[in-house]
Amino acid sequence: MNLFEHIGKYFMMLKFVFSKPEKGSVFWERFFTEAQNIVINSIPLIGFLSFFMGGVISLQTASNMSSPLLPEYTIGYITRQSTILEFSPTIISLIIAGKVGSNIASEIGTMRVTEQIDALEIMGVNSIGFLMLPKILATTLFFPFAIILSMLLSLIGGWLAGITSNLYSTKTYIVGLRAFWNVDQHHLYYALGKTMVFAFLITSIACYYGYNVKGGALEVGKASTNSVVAASVTILLANYILTQLVLI
Amino acid sequence: MIEVKHISKSFGDTQILFDISAQFNPGQVNLIIGASGQGKSVLTKCIVGLHEVDEGKVIYDDRVFSEMGRNDRKLIRQEIGMLFQGSALFDSLTVLENVMFPLKMFTKMSKQERKERAQFCLERVGIVGKDDLLPAETSGGMQKRIGIARAISMNPKYLFCDEPNSGLDPKTSILIDNLIKEITYEYNMTTIVITHDMNSVMEIGDHIIFINQGRKWWEGNNKEIIRTDNKEVVDFVYASTFMKNLRSKLVNN
Ligand SMILES: Nc1ncnc2c1ncn2[C@@H]1O[C@H](COP(=O)(O)OP(=O)(O)OP(=O)(O)O)[C@@H](O)[C@H]1O
Ligand SMILES: [Mg+2]
Repeated sequence: MNLFEHIGKYFMMLKFVFSKPEKGSVFWERFFTEAQNIVINSIPLIGFLSFFMGGVISLQTASNMSSPLLPEYTIGYITRQSTILEFSPTIISLIIAGKVGSNIASEIGTMRVTEQIDALEIMGVNSIGFLMLPKILATTLFFPFAIILSMLLSLIGGWLAGITSNLYSTKTYIVGLRAFWNVDQHHLYYALGKTMVFAFLITSIACYYGYNVKGGALEVGKASTNSVVAASVTILLANYILTQLVLI
Repeated sequence: MIEVKHISKSFGDTQILFDISAQFNPGQVNLIIGASGQGKSVLTKCIVGLHEVDEGKVIYDDRVFSEMGRNDRKLIRQEIGMLFQGSALFDSLTVLENVMFPLKMFTKMSKQERKERAQFCLERVGIVGKDDLLPAETSGGMQKRIGIARAISMNPKYLFCDEPNSGLDPKTSILIDNLIKEITYEYNMTTIVITHDMNSVMEIGDHIIFINQGRKWWEGNNKEIIRTDNKEVVDFVYASTFMKNLRSKLVNN
């Protein structure tokens, strides 16, 4: 299948994703389970990565600032900007694409090859909506909260890294964090907006690959790898496009 | 009653089914038999709508299923129970939850009622005290029986079983065959069973369709199949030397 066929099929699938669920109560139950499985369970990993990445960002900024003309608070400022603009929304999304995307693709792929999806269809359940909508909605809605947490932890990581190595004082760092906030605030909304787009892409692409597996366990493995590759590429493209549209 | 009229089905350039017509009556175990790769599963999947037919009609009690849209089909599907070849139990749900699943999706029963109904079905297939196990923690034969329990939980009018006893020992096979036969008679269901197993053919074949090269090659019941002269049917039924000897004895009598 060529790329355009994939894209066409993907959009056909989305049409079924957003049809009304068979039973509301079952949908909500699955929605919260998925929020737990996908978002809450990823928080330890996200937290760990964010904390250390924040530390590295501020250390590297500090070590590269040799000009005495640059005020010291620039370190805090740059840490904040890189965290909010790219590190938390994009890099964390790419990592989550690896963790969550492969997980979803293999879960749904296994259901496909063991005929569990056919079993749902035979019962009269819209299998696409039943399996995908709770995952896609839960991630798209809750993922931004995980990213806000990631931002906070990254900034804390940056602060701790700096003061433990005596590179700057807490006060200068905070001045940096608050610098130009009134004009840069919209960056936060832009970041959270793109997080939602990425979350949607990660889950829906993984669902697509899993749902269309043909064959056996080997193909499930391939689908899971392919879904991570496709989601990563799409995230980076979407990132470029959104940045062009919103920030430029 | 399920009727199929002149169904044909191709995948790409290869035609799999050629102009098959048949009628499956309620209160009877209808068997679809034939060698591997001849189109039995494809035929069944066409009947339940997992594949669309290229030509012909599938009719469930005067309702033309093959021409219906998704939403109308849903109503008929709630009258269908199906046991898949690999059981297809939901592996994240427990045994009891699997059987309760259709009830939860499509009925207004309370949790207690669902549980009672599911336990009744599980008891009916002889699975007791396994409610909280996951499917992976049960044996293949149990999974088949749990699959049957799930298939009958909604009291279906139509029951499909794809190779219900492949990979099972002869004793468990017979147990499952008898179970299918009993519930078919008990609830007057229209039951369609795909099988390779000659024991099943002899035991439960009220009505048998033999598929060969994608065509309906022969039709009859388990008494007729013993004596037929149709070459392909004879080759299929009496494949082993043991069975061939048996046949020569039968014919000589
Ligand atoms: N989805 C599909 N796409 C293309 N070809 C298919 C598909 N499903 C089945 N076929 C082909 O149709 C033919 C009949 O397959 P089918 O599964 O119906 O055989 P069967 O009679 O059920 O055999 P078995 O007893 O081994 O299960 C085979 O040649 C198979 O390759
Ligand atoms: Mg088959």
